[in-house]
Amino acid sequence: MATIHVDGQSYQVNGAHNLLQACLSLGLDIPYFCWHPAMGSVGACRQCAVRQYKDKNDDKGMLVMSCMAPAADQTRIDIEDEEAKAFRASVVEWLMINHPHDCPVCEEGGHCHLQDMTVMTGHDRRRYRFGKRTRRNQFLGPFIGHEMNRCITCYRCVRFYNDYAGGSDLGTFGSKDNVYFGRYQEGTLESPFAGNLTEVCPTGVFTDQSHSDHYARKWDMQFAPGICHQCSMGCNISPGERYGDIRRIENRYHGEVNSYFLCDRGRFGYGYVNRSDRPRLPERREGPDSEPVSIGVADVLAQASDALRHARRVIGIGSPRASLESNHQLQALVGESNFSTGIEAREQACLELMIQLQRHAGLPTPTPRGIENHDAVFVLGEDPVQSAGRLGLNLRQAALSRCKALGGTIGIPEWNAEALKTLAQDRYYPLFIAWPAPTDLDDVAEARYAMDPDGIARLGFAVAHAIDPAAPAVEGLASAEDQAARRIASALMAAEQPLVVSGGSLVSEAVLEAAGSVARALSRRAKKGGLVLIRREANSTGLSLLGGQPLDWALGELARGNADAVVVLENDLYQRLPAGRVDAALSRAEIRIVLDHQRTATAERANFLLSAASFAESGGTLVNLEGRAQRFFQVYDPGYMRPETRIHESWRWLYVLGATLRGETAGDINLDTVVHACAGAHPALAGMVDAAPDSNYRIDGQKLAREPHRYSGRTSMRANQNVSEPRVPQDPDSAFAHSMEGYSGYQQPRQQVPFAWAPGWNSPQAWNKFTDEVGGHVRGGDPGACLIHPVPGQGSYSQPVQGAGDTDTLRALILPRLFGGEETSARATPIQQRTELPCITLSPEDALGLAVKHGNVVTVNEVTRLPVYEQESWPNGWAGLPAGLIAGLLPGESLTLRKVEEGQR
Amino acid sequence: MSHSIARQRDSVRYRSRLMQPEAERRPDTHPLTWRLRDDGGVVWLEEYLRKDGYQSVRKALAESDPQAIISTMKDANVGGRGGGGFSAGLKWSLTLQGGDIPRGYLICNADEMEPGTFKDRLLMEQQPHLVIEGMILAALANNSFYGYIFLRGEYVTAARVLSRALDEARAGGWLGRDIDGSSFDFDIALHTGAGRYICGEETALINSLEGKRANPRAKPPFPGQSGAWGKPSVVNNVETLCNAPGVILNGAEWYQGLSGDRTDDGGSKLYGISGLVENPGLWELPMGTTGAEILDRAGGMRNGRQLKAWLPGGASTGFLLPQHLELALDFDTVGKEGSRLGTGLMTMVTQEQSMVALVRNLEEFFARESCGWCTPCRDGLPWTVRVLRALALGQGEIGDIELLEKLAADCGPAQTFCAHAPGAAMPLQTALRHFRSEFAQGISEPRIKAEEG
Repeated sequence: MATIHVDGQSYQVNGAHNLLQACLSLGLDIPYFCWHPAMGSVGACRQCAVRQYKDKNDDKGMLVMSCMAPAADQTRIDIEDEEAKAFRASVVEWLMINHPHDCPVCEEGGHCHLQDMTVMTGHDRRRYRFGKRTRRNQFLGPFIGHEMNRCITCYRCVRFYNDYAGGSDLGTFGSKDNVYFGRYQEGTLESPFAGNLTEVCPTGVFTDQSHSDHYARKWDMQFAPGICHQCSMGCNISPGERYGDIRRIENRYHGEVNSYFLCDRGRFGYGYVNRSDRPRLPERREGPDSEPVSIGVADVLAQASDALRHARRVIGIGSPRASLESNHQLQALVGESNFSTGIEAREQACLELMIQLQRHAGLPTPTPRGIENHDAVFVLGEDPVQSAGRLGLNLRQAALSRCKALGGTIGIPEWNAEALKTLAQDRYYPLFIAWPAPTDLDDVAEARYAMDPDGIARLGFAVAHAIDPAAPAVEGLASAEDQAARRIASALMAAEQPLVVSGGSLVSEAVLEAAGSVARALSRRAKKGGLVLIRREANSTGLSLLGGQPLDWALGELARGNADAVVVLENDLYQRLPAGRVDAALSRAEIRIVLDHQRTATAERANFLLSAASFAESGGTLVNLEGRAQRFFQVYDPGYMRPETRIHESWRWLYVLGATLRGETAGDINLDTVVHACAGAHPALAGMVDAAPDSNYRIDGQKLAREPHRYSGRTSMRANQNVSEPRVPQDPDSAFAHSMEGYSGYQQPRQQVPFAWAPGWNSPQAWNKFTDEVGGHVRGGDPGACLIHPVPGQGSYSQPVQGAGDTDTLRALILPRLFGGEETSARATPIQQRTELPCITLSPEDALGLAVKHGNVVTVNEVTRLPVYEQESWPNGWAGLPAGLIAGLLPGESLTLRKVEEGQR
Repeated sequence: MSHSIARQRDSVRYRSRLMQPEAERRPDTHPLTWRLRDDGGVVWLEEYLRKDGYQSVRKALAESDPQAIISTMKDANVGGRGGGGFSAGLKWSLTLQGGDIPRGYLICNADEMEPGTFKDRLLMEQQPHLVIEGMILAALANNSFYGYIFLRGEYVTAARVLSRALDEARAGGWLGRDIDGSSFDFDIALHTGAGRYICGEETALINSLEGKRANPRAKPPFPGQSGAWGKPSVVNNVETLCNAPGVILNGAEWYQGLSGDRTDDGGSKLYGISGLVENPGLWELPMGTTGAEILDRAGGMRNGRQLKAWLPGGASTGFLLPQHLELALDFDTVGKEGSRLGTGLMTMVTQEQSMVALVRNLEEFFARESCGWCTPCRDGLPWTVRVLRALALGQGEIGDIELLEKLAADCGPAQTFCAHAPGAAMPLQTALRHFRSEFAQGISEPRIKAEEG
């Protein structure tokens, strides 16, 4: 801690900060542009000038840039100094020289940092009387709009894109007053984190193209605290709605999970919520071939419960993309012994193993933010950017953070970004990746080992043995493998805090056991470190804590006729197991009730389809890959703008269906009730109650507002339907009001913030008003409750698994992919446009064996046609296929490949 | 090649010529130029060695005491000749060395782009081995691993001469492994720049050398802590490095004595003059020589023109008036008059020349050469250009002069990221101070407003 004196007042601040950071953390306003809490200082924009005095006897002082001056003890500065204020006014006047002043037609307007800073600085008269510079804009792909005329040249975009996120196709061109930020030629931005440019850019140069297609001002949308449903990371999001559609997703600051950044799947993958083909009313289908007919809620409940009442046995199939509450209500409806998680058996075994390793492998699971403090990383069998998006950015920061340690040796503070970059050059903390194909982290990795799942497992066990001789040795290790294992082991042992990363992408228990052994070995050698295990879906962790039989069991019970009714919750079974097995099961079930918000192949087979709410219209709890239970809340009531629709949370459907089935009148339930019911029924989930405040939570006696103060059109937005304005929807489920009325301030600490706004701070930079220090934690506590805790001890080593050996046929190796590899986001148009053309990856040797070459087309299992991609060092005997391409294809399954001759195409 | 050099040198526009005959130049008084030939030919290795070449390196390697080199340079107080005037010895003493600090780079700043400056060019075109000799000494003192000459791209002749000289030095055993049997290894690469003024700023130069945008870097850390490729690096101007061999060979006291009692700054200086004078060119004179003496040596103003103002050391220094010609041209004295010694090459302005047009021309240069990193420089300087253009066309408005003054004041040191914008502000500020009426003439009648708003 340090004491600094600002405008005559003394304050305690973090002495490792710079003055800008320190003052903003104190709640003092200094305008700034080029500085960003996650990216440090570069001193380019000169906007944050203050007067600094040498000591208390110095009454002259000099102007300094607060972002480039340390908050050292006894620093004396004046923010309100007249000359400093005049200079700051000059800076913003220069920045506005070429700015087009197009705020009324600019999509940034109303959440623009440039607007905020211009107002803060007091610049309101234009003196520059000469011509403005104009620019050409570029097409940058389906995600990002480009309007370079608005640029104020703060360099934040390239610093985020290249230095922070490792991109290489956005650059700085030109010089003097003609600096241009763009690609060397038009084309899609390649970084999977490009969407953050829309928040990093202080003005409207980079804007959200998906938002642009159905634009609404920030103040005209309603928001709720959301959790991204597109992978297991659990990023906190702030979805904005108007007229019954989600208009955009923005980052919601969380000090331990996503901090300021999201991946592009999470930001641009929401389009499935708005699809016009969504089931918005319950449907009844008489026979397998008849068209579905919309029916009323009372009718569908009566008919469905009637059917269930006559069923011999009802199987419930849950879903890792649905909330804990919905899954629990299904389990309660059908009974524990009839409940399946809806997850394929091998994946479920992996999920259970991951929980066990988190508890018993001896190393705790760090938060995603905590990952960045690790100084050596070993990734086994994962391509983190593709399988867990945002997590890849954390891992990159772990590797890059060596610059801070290097800087410490010659006294460069951690915020001096360019100086650290210069000093470190390409020196990173060691990152080793065992994965068959190139990954997005290869550029900062010390080595990548291209191996098949068995090879990766063997390498992991060998590393464990090299760390701790008590760990079982691996038989018949080749010398290259042995060398690699020793190299990795010594790097992990040399680190203060080594990190082991693995996960379920390869659906290999051997790989996970190997990762667990490395963690165990490090723990036994008394290393502080961490273990991160990546799951596939938003609530995979939650479902494995909830428990249930795997999907294979459920299909088996149906196919064998042991049950004649099935209730499927938000799950497309055809994505998980081969169509033949699903068909065999469903065709023997006489009653097929499906709840979903999407029209899936499974929903097509339903005789009752219940129109379920998506994340945007419902509340519930998910458990992310850390084991953190996080609550998401309903953004908008779907019935307000579309009164004819009947969309309800799955847990609400299931609860009422159960009550109807029992012949009871469904009482009032709300989200709190189902949270407590789920927590009470499952000891492992007991902590989920604390994931968020309940519906009785109030600040100053008020609910929390979902809408900003200036929300417009409330009395008229439904006037085309009915001139009388209905009462705003009442929300029994949460502490949020569907209204601008309610608490929306920043003064009272709170963890659940639907949108960040503070007086004078309309842009995403307003999050700084909600944190204990800029870049720190949400003042009311970072949301969520951890459900998985390590148990003392390291457990015992498992034996290395010997691979099945070579087989004659090619086996499927499913490669996770950020765009197109996830079921729901793949239904969003921008994601479809961004999805790369699929191919099948083969080793050159296997390609030769099949007499195919790079670019030849083959058919996979006589159905799917794909071009061949020959990958050097790709393991023989495996064919790489992108996730989500062939529905129901299981990893490791044997494939039949046939070359398509030229004439047959 | 010698033919083309001769042709260029003989051309009227060619100013980089030494105006002192061989007879006047002596080793003990003209350490920078005594070896130069009257015919302007290159002093190649054989002749250079004959004229005591590389003796300082031999001496320093034999003594093998890098700290002694640094302290001698410090005692001699060789001020940076690129215009900054910072003591080279002090800079060398701050270079990180020893322990597990990696060996870094010794960089010769040969990006001579200061308008009105052509002194390094003479040294490189006619006496390349003196530069190399100075660099070897600096490398020894700073424990440098490798040397670079960052040369202004347009200096094609210097590039050819230096390349050949580097080859000669390598063949002669003065560069490469085990120099002169001392076990000291050092070599130099020539890097020709792409023609940006900002590359003369040492950290922008390093970025450019690394293949990055030529943006200056924040200091601290200084290049001596973390310079090229993050390693301790030293950047010295050509003339500064050319001073080192004399200092090491003859000692700090001798060097201090070169300037006599003219100034506290020691040594000799390559002074020069351009503009409408009878004989523009270069002279090696004691530090602290007056502007009047240099103008006199140049034969006075051409055709009896009247001197209106002059820049003492390049476009980024402040305008001085005729009465300032009597001042000693050293770092302190000129600084006290609101200008800077800069490179010490004077630019003369006659009564006929318009200060508005002249300053407009300078500011266009500075605005064009801004790297675009910090706001005052990137967006402030072009605004001054627009206003100056308007004034030059008689389209100025009331308040324009005050606006220019504010813009110049906002480009002060510490307000901008590097010294580029302060350098651009100095001629503007001084011109406004001394010749305000010329600017006022560019303001047309105020626009008539029908109503006060």
